[in-house]
Order: sequence, then C-alpha cells, then structure tokens
Amino acid sequence: MDRSILQRFDLTGGEMLLNMGPQHPSTHGVINFVIQADGEVMQKAVPEVGYLHRGMEKIAEGMTWAGFMPFTDRIDYLGAMFANQGYAMAVERLLGVEVPRRAEHLRVLACELNRIASHLIGLGSMALDLGASTPFTHAIREREAINDLTEELCGARLTYNYARVGGVSHDIPSGFDARVKRFLDRFLPFVDEFDRLITRNEIFVKRSASVAVITAAEAIAHGLAGPNLRASGVDWDLRRDEPYSVYPEMEFDVPLGRGERGVVGDCYDRFVVRVEEMRQSARIVRQALGGLPAGDIQAKVPRKIKPAPGSCYAAVESARGEMGFYVVSDGGPEPYRVKIRCGSFTAMTIIEHKSPGLMIADLVALFASLDVVAPEVDR
Amino acid sequence: MTGTLLATGGAPRTDLVGTLGDWAVRITGLSGWKSGLAYLGAMVVVAALLLAFVALFAGPVTWVERRVAGRMQSRIGPNRVGPHGFLQWLADGLKNLLKEDLVPREADPVLFRLAPYFVWAGMFGTFAVLPFSAAWIAADASIGILYVMAITALVVVGLIMGGWASNSKWSLLGGMRSAAQIVSYEIPTALAILCPVLVAGSLSTQDIIRAQGGWPWQWIAFHDPFCLAALVVFFIASLAEGNRTPFDIPEAESELVSGYNTEYSGFRFLAFLFAEWANLWIMGAVATLAFLGGWQLPGVPADVQAASILLNVAGMAVFVGKTSVLVLVIIHLRWTLPRIRVDQMMNICWKYLVPISFVCLLGAAGWMLVARKLPRAGVAASVALSIAGAALVLSLFVRARWNRLRMGAAAYWKQLT
Repeated sequence: MDRSILQRFDLTGGEMLLNMGPQHPSTHGVINFVIQADGEVMQKAVPEVGYLHRGMEKIAEGMTWAGFMPFTDRIDYLGAMFANQGYAMAVERLLGVEVPRRAEHLRVLACELNRIASHLIGLGSMALDLGASTPFTHAIREREAINDLTEELCGARLTYNYARVGGVSHDIPSGFDARVKRFLDRFLPFVDEFDRLITRNEIFVKRSASVAVITAAEAIAHGLAGPNLRASGVDWDLRRDEPYSVYPEMEFDVPLGRGERGVVGDCYDRFVVRVEEMRQSARIVRQALGGLPAGDIQAKVPRKIKPAPGSCYAAVESARGEMGFYVVSDGGPEPYRVKIRCGSFTAMTIIEHKSPGLMIADLVALFASLDVVAPEVDR
Repeated sequence: MTGTLLATGGAPRTDLVGTLGDWAVRITGLSGWKSGLAYLGAMVVVAALLLAFVALFAGPVTWVERRVAGRMQSRIGPNRVGPHGFLQWLADGLKNLLKEDLVPREADPVLFRLAPYFVWAGMFGTFAVLPFSAAWIAADASIGILYVMAITALVVVGLIMGGWASNSKWSLLGGMRSAAQIVSYEIPTALAILCPVLVAGSLSTQDIIRAQGGWPWQWIAFHDPFCLAALVVFFIASLAEGNRTPFDIPEAESELVSGYNTEYSGFRFLAFLFAEWANLWIMGAVATLAFLGGWQLPGVPADVQAASILLNVAGMAVFVGKTSVLVLVIIHLRWTLPRIRVDQMMNICWKYLVPISFVCLLGAAGWMLVARKLPRAGVAASVALSIAGAALVLSLFVRARWNRLRMGAAAYWKQLT
C-alpha cells in the first residue's frame, strides 16, 4: 500500500482500516480499496490504483503509428474493439484518410457485438458480486457465442487487433451474417430470461436500488461517461451526439436511468441501463449487417505512416463510456504523444466521494455497478 | 430399565441406545452401576453409526450440489472421479486431509485450533435426537426439539472463535456477522417450531411425529394456516441459521473473501465445510419431522411401524425422501438467489419473522381450541390446505420447467446443446 494514502484518513478515532484488494474476489483485477470502517459501515473508502500500470502511452512513443494497434487491445480487455477503432479514427483524422463504407459497417458490427459481450461480463459479475452466481455463468455462455463470432471474424477471441488505419483487417467469412442473425435470434429471449432471473429478482433490487445514488450533477462533475453517466439521467451518447463512423445511419435508442425501483442514478439503474443497451446493440448489429455495402475494407494508406505535424482527438462510445485518443505527430514515423482517456478511470474517482455511510457490501455493489476494468484504469 | 436414560415419565420410548443397552445388559448380565457401562458402550456404537451416516451424507451431497449447480449454470460440474464424478467428494476430502495444517503466526493458536471442534460438536450433537424411523433414533429424549435448538447454538461459539482467533479483519467481520445472524434467527426458528410442539403436545421429536399421520392432511404443516405459515418462517430462519444463500452473509465471498474460515486450511477447513453440509440434513430433517409427517407411512399406526424391521426401513425411506426434497430445494435456492445485506438480514428477522412467528404461535393455539369444539371443520381445513399446498408445489414445478414443457423435452435438449 502506498503510505501517502493514509494521509487521507483521520486515524485518531481508532476505527478499523481495511485493505480490500489488491487481491480480492470483487475488485475485478488488481485494485485496492483502503477502507476505514466502523463495523460494517464505512467512513471512507479510497481506491488505490496503479497496480496494473504498463505505461501504454509511453510505449506508443516508441512504436510506429500502425504498430501501436495491438497494444490498444490491452487497454480494455473486455472492449478491445472500441480501443482499436478509437485509435484508428484518431490516426485517420490526422492523415485525412477516408475509410471505405464497408469497413465502417464492419467496425460498427464488431463494436456492437463487443459491447454486448462486455456488458454481459459487467452484468454477470455484478450479479456475482451480489451473491448470485448463476446469472454470471449464463452471461458467460452467451459471451462465448460472441467470442466464437469474433474469432471467425478476425481470428481472436479477446485481443482482436481488428481495426487498421484506414479499414479493418478481415472481411466477414462466408455464412457469417447467418450465424450472427442466429445468435441474435437466441440472444433477445436470453435477455428476457436474464431479466427474470436477476434483474427483477426482489433481493437483487433491494440490494441495488437507491444504493450509492449518483446525481446527474455529480456524474458530470466527476467526468463519468457512458452507461454510468446515462444511468444518472444525463442524455449523452457519443454515437448519437458526436456521430462518427456510420452510426448516424443506424436507428437506436439511448436508454437512460429512470429510477424504476429507487432513485435515478442508483446501482440498479446502472444495471438496467446496461441490460437495455444490450438490446439496442443487438438492433444496431442487425442493421449494420443488413445494410452492409459491397466494396473495399481498406483505404489506400501509405506503407510507412508519417502524418504531417499536428494533433487530433477522436473518441468513441465504448462499453465504459467515452474512449478518447489524443494523438500528436511531429511528422516522424512514431507518435510524438498518445493520450488515452477512458471511462473506468473517471468512474474510480467517484468512489471516495460516495463511500461515506455505505456498508461494505454496498461498496461491492457500487464498484460492480460502475463496471470498472482494472487495466483500463491504469493503462 | 427399558428405554432411554433421558426418558422421564410418559410412555416407554424405544430408541437405539436404549434397545442396544438393554440387549447388552441381557447378554453380559451386568447389574447395578456396571449396567451403565453397557449403555455407555451402546452410545459409542450408535455414535459411530451416526458418524458414518453423517459422513456418507455430507460427502455425496457436495457432489449432488455441484452437479445440480452445474446443470443450472449450463456447465457440467465434476465428472472425472468415478461414475459421473460421484467420488469427487472422496478426492476432495483426501486432498484437504493431505494439506498442511497452517496456523497463522499472529493467530491465537489454541482458540484457532479449537474452533472447528465447536462447530463440529454443535452440528453432530443434533443427530442424537434426529429420528430416521419409528424405532431408529439414537436417543428419544423428552426434550428433543429444545435440545436441537440448544446444541446448534454451539456452532456460533465455534464460528466467532475461529473468526476472532484468525487475527484477520475479514475473518473477524465474518465471525461477527455469523454471531449476529445465528443468534437473531434462533428466535424465529424456536418460535416457529413451537407451533408443532403445541399441536403435538410434546417436545420429543418422536412424539411430534407420532402426533401426525402418513397422509398429507395429517401433517402438522397442514393442520391449520398458522402452522403452514410457521413452516415457511421456520424454513427461512433455518436457512439463515445454516448460513445458506440468501443468508450466506458470514462467508460472503465477494465481500469478506471467505469470512470466518478465510485463514483455515487442511483438515480444519474441512471440518467447517463438513459441518456446513451436514447442516443441510439437519435443516431438512427438523422441518420434516416437525411439519411434514416425518417417517409416518399412510395407513400404518406408529407402534406397528416400530415393531417391524421392514416397516422401519420403509419409514426411513419416506423420511430420507422428504428430507432430500427439502435439501434439493435449499440447493436450488443457493444457485438462484443473490445475497441480502447485513442490515436487511436483521430487518427480515426482527421486523418480519419474529412478529409473524408470534402470530403463528397464538393462531395455532386458538385454532386448537376451535378445532376441539368442531373436529370436522378442522379436518376439512387440513384437507383444503393440503390440496392448496399441492397445487402450489405443482404450479411452482410447472413454472420452473416451463421452457421444457413448452418446447417438449427433445427440442429443449437440442437448444441446450
């Protein structure tokens, strides 16, 4: 533990100081919470991050522009497609490359499949953290089907490395669209079943509704993004509000937290918003597949990418919110600077603010409902 | 001296210790204080028999639970050791026995080592008064149910001792939670079980079963609506007493790592787990004997049953069957429900279960007064209640198997695979 973190606690009262993590079943990956607790009720929980810091941004400065793409997979291992696409978009804007429409459709298709897969893990592990283990395995089972699909698409089940500067790496294999449609046909009834199993479960509702309520103002102040922001009732989705790729052609709704069983912005809303987003993603996948145009999957890009000096920012709506890449070029074959902005890191900042008065079991619910992925926090 | 040492007044009781002891006295011709030795020997023999039963229940039930969980979670579960993985429990037990018996350096070594024995004793002691059939019960004590309530409280001592002695904050939290939980839930459990005691007019487990009959409308559960409610209260409260989901708060994996047994390994860890699994039987058996007719066979009087070995076997099959159904329900609950929070657990106990069980107790007493005046109405109510209960069970079954019933078995399996 970093000793300097102790300065943030008032240690005079003699309350118990607990280290929840870095190895703990519910801190998904290596994150540490230093908890000051009076019995079960917390006075404060301070997240300690950095256990998984790999220096991604510095690594980029030693890679070629195209060579950094596989590293973006490792930013968020549950949503590698988004990081791929975000980085590709940033470099494409810098180069001024027009991506073929077929490639854009394929990116949207892959991203939305990935969003479903990522939310399945997020929802399943929240259920697991609240003590129900069966929804998790059911979610994993459905995610496995998506993994099979992405394996067909790009040969990888986790670290896709699918997007390229100016396009995508592989076209869809034959029969792929039929298999995706078959998956979607099975998936929507599954979501209903998942709802019956866990979302409408009274114990689950009691554990998550009105717990750790994040108001819209707080969410904005802490820079929350994606589903966490929308669960607080802020109607903001990059896919719709700062359109990129072919999302303007897609028809989908942006689900918002409605405070169905409690208050807007509680843990239950964050759960329900993700469930609803899976349904919307399934809609988008169908449209992306239906309107798939013919043509190239890769634009003409010079073999050695050397963008003109300048900088540019591109952001995509990842499963964890805005995933942005700020890239700076000095005209050389390597990035001068790559700055990555992602939803998990900002989500961590609100935990200390929300923790006083929560019970230890509520911290688990809050942390799980924020759907934080450790490598994305630390990069 | 016939019957058990613990019997005081009333009808002579038959139980295993008494019968075996009498037999030993007859054979050896011991007399005076020496005859006590024969009864002591009988106790040891019966305890060994019970230990064998507990081991043969607690082991395989882990396999059952893991296979059921596997089916519920679209995975396979253990299937490597023995046919369908049935011997997995032996492999796991052996593995745990071979592990190093670690005591953390900062732990209190004496209490740390002692804690599993308390848990174990609290669990195993219960089996002395749990019947298997009309004549097969270790000791038909006249205070049976009271004894069950009292000795299970020993488990709390073990849990809090283990939690404290581990010198780990997580273990301590787990120990505190379990103490709060088990002590609180003793009250609704005891109050709920008083309804059958009232109806049967005895604390003896065998007497309570003898007061019932083989047909469902003769069971205490369907004696009156209050007893049925008491069964529900008892079932929920005993889930909490056994630390089973949704009340597995003391060992909440995602919150407390593993609760009071975090620091335990090897045989001591096994002792905790063993007690937990054996406790499944206790929950099911107490509910069966107090509410669901125990070993009673339809149409066979209790004394006829006690006399014949064949009928004893049949009675035991009925008892084990009813208990197994309850155990399976508990297992299914564990793999379906999330966990409630500590404060919610306390709310459920003090704000709901305790008042409800008081109402049940008063209601059952009042009903008995009325039923004594109008015996026909009492029987009619029992029949109606048991039909309603059967309909409820059937509807739950249909709901649970809805996917399969709707699609047909073949299509269902095809969709699963």
